[in-house]
Amino acid sequence: MLSINNLHVSIEDKPILRGLSLELPAGEVHAIMGPNGAGKSTLSYVLTGREGYEVTDGTVTLDGEDLLALEPNERATKGLFLSFQYPLEIPGVPAMHFLRTAMNAQRKARGEPDVGAGEFIKLARETAAALKIDFDMLKRALNVGFSGGEKKRMEIFQMAMLQPRLLILDETDSGLDIDALRIVADGVNAMRSPERSMLVITHYQRLLDYIRPDKVHVLSAGRIVATGGPELALELEREGYEKYERAAA
Amino acid sequence: MAVAKQTVEHVEALEKYKHGFVTEIDQEFAPKGLDADTIRFISAKKDEPEWMLNWRLEAFERWLVLEEPAWAKVHFPRIDYQDAYYYAAPKTKQGPKSLDEVDPEILATYDKLGIPIKEQMVLAGVEGAPKYAVDAVFDSVSVVTTFKKELAEAGVIFCSMSEAIREHGDLVRKYLGSVVPVSDNYYACLNSAVFSDGSFVYVPPGVRCPMELSTYFRINAAESGQFERTLIIADKGSYVSYLEGCTAPTRDENQLHAAVVELVALDDAEIKYSTVQNWYPGDPETGKGGIYNFVTKRADCRGPRSKVSWTQVETGSAITWKYPSCILRGDESSGEFYSIAITNGRQQADTGTKMIHLGANTRSRIISKGISAGRSSNTYRGLVSAHPKAKGARNFTQCDSLLIGKRCAAHTVPYIEARNGQAVFEHEATTTRLSEDQLFYVMQRGLSQEEAVQLLVNGFVKDVLQELPMEFAVEAQKLVAISLEGSVG
Repeated sequence: MLSINNLHVSIEDKPILRGLSLELPAGEVHAIMGPNGAGKSTLSYVLTGREGYEVTDGTVTLDGEDLLALEPNERATKGLFLSFQYPLEIPGVPAMHFLRTAMNAQRKARGEPDVGAGEFIKLARETAAALKIDFDMLKRALNVGFSGGEKKRMEIFQMAMLQPRLLILDETDSGLDIDALRIVADGVNAMRSPERSMLVITHYQRLLDYIRPDKVHVLSAGRIVATGGPELALELEREGYEKYERAAA
Repeated sequence: MAVAKQTVEHVEALEKYKHGFVTEIDQEFAPKGLDADTIRFISAKKDEPEWMLNWRLEAFERWLVLEEPAWAKVHFPRIDYQDAYYYAAPKTKQGPKSLDEVDPEILATYDKLGIPIKEQMVLAGVEGAPKYAVDAVFDSVSVVTTFKKELAEAGVIFCSMSEAIREHGDLVRKYLGSVVPVSDNYYACLNSAVFSDGSFVYVPPGVRCPMELSTYFRINAAESGQFERTLIIADKGSYVSYLEGCTAPTRDENQLHAAVVELVALDDAEIKYSTVQNWYPGDPETGKGGIYNFVTKRADCRGPRSKVSWTQVETGSAITWKYPSCILRGDESSGEFYSIAITNGRQQADTGTKMIHLGANTRSRIISKGISAGRSSNTYRGLVSAHPKAKGARNFTQCDSLLIGKRCAAHTVPYIEARNGQAVFEHEATTTRLSEDQLFYVMQRGLSQEEAVQLLVNGFVKDVLQELPMEFAVEAQKLVAISLEGSVG
């Protein structure tokens, strides 16, 4: 589904990703682990099209289509969703309104009819309940005054509502206590399907106890330096990243 | 939600300024320039009584010795007051006006602007839909006022100012200039001398006006100014809600709009006054053309427990200089000011309010949302004052500025004067830039950049939008979207 080939990315002329390659087939969950500053967040932003990240070499395709040529909203319409490490506050825009606007923008771009009000509310109620989100919270301005855990749950809620095909979870476990982590992981696991792929970016192994990856990649100094099964995450947890940092340097 | 969708569709269907067309009709002008004869000409055209002419002439004498104010944070070349027409009117038959007699070209103009001045069209609409009585002012004259009969049955007078001067001289004479004195300021004084038309409203004691009243101002003629005069009197225990809308053609030269609006609220009366101002803002790149909107709006909460609420959505004009104010004279009277001021391109706005607390236990509330984009400049200027007798006066002010892009400016200039120890004033202010992080976040969810800006801006102005009458809130939301087109990137 997602194919990254020799990707080089700079921020203000400073190289961050240096020849990153990755194949993520449909239906699989891959974890990207790495030390701070390895380029994990850069990868999530360059995939979703944020400004300020200059691709100096390499290609990224989604089902064969050049992803880098598309605007962020066009990528979203193709089914790409990023669960932000730090979700933004949107004052004055209730979460429900925000999400319905987003859903209809995507539907319109795909040539589909708008979601009906009744259908939308029913779906929102069910999805919120599964994530233990109080329905009244959806009437409040998105993320304004929400706790860190509430913001993360709201990201997963949005994801479940929008039903993307390619999910990127950027440090989703940070700021979550163990109960919230379980709820979030259940929400993510419920979305696993043969048509859907996930890229789970995380610093710690903890999240991977709940979201079992098919593969684990170690990202260090802008490159994938090792790939293995779930056992690789456990090894990293025991021994740290030092070995890989040396290898990359 | 449906609104956001509508907004998007609306924006897609539009050119930058959709009201920029000119209506081709025969018009009658006063000779170019301004002297006592111009004023006599205007007064004679309107068949005014002598007291009115004298009032105008006196104002003109005073205007000659006044200086143009220079304290506002706006810049423009000196206006040549002799190089403009002070009266422009469509040529029509004299006599009582009915819709059948109005030039079809003019009706078509309002139709094109989406303004319902055909009663039967309104009446044929959805059952239970709110009715709006409309006074349509085309350049210097009111061309038609709808629903007069129905309003008259409730005792409400709603007509053009010219007609009010002829038919309701006593009321006009009693209240005209009683809120904004003739020589209050340079532009108000000029208006007093040359004012052409506008709306007059009188709501008798205890009457709740049965429908929304509105006036649509249209500047059509070139090189002409518009000097409308509006006077609204809410007698004891009455209520009225009034809305004005403004548009003008796209022209390369600047045109002056110097209006005066006076509101009088007697004991326990309430006036709600809403403005959606969308005069031609000038060319966004060069700054050429556009309306100079130099307006004096003031309300006198004359009676105890009276209430006036100003709501404005200011998106047009090259320069806006405007401070809708409340004089809180009656004990326990209250004033409100809700404002959205948007500047884009090369627009300049210096706008805000004055809340003058004179009576005991008077209250006021100010919510101002300024949005600057492009290379524009947006200033909030406000005064809150409590006089010695205004014991227990309270004010709450919230003043937020939003910057879009890196070449615009926002300024906040609040003046606070408390001349007694028992007044409580609160002032909150914020300035934020529309962040790229927020934009990216919203776009990642599937909205285009323009849609993302609209969503964020609509969130920013929400507190004010919800103060507008429903239909106009929708209209205003569209306007906000259109005004900010091309503001990012």
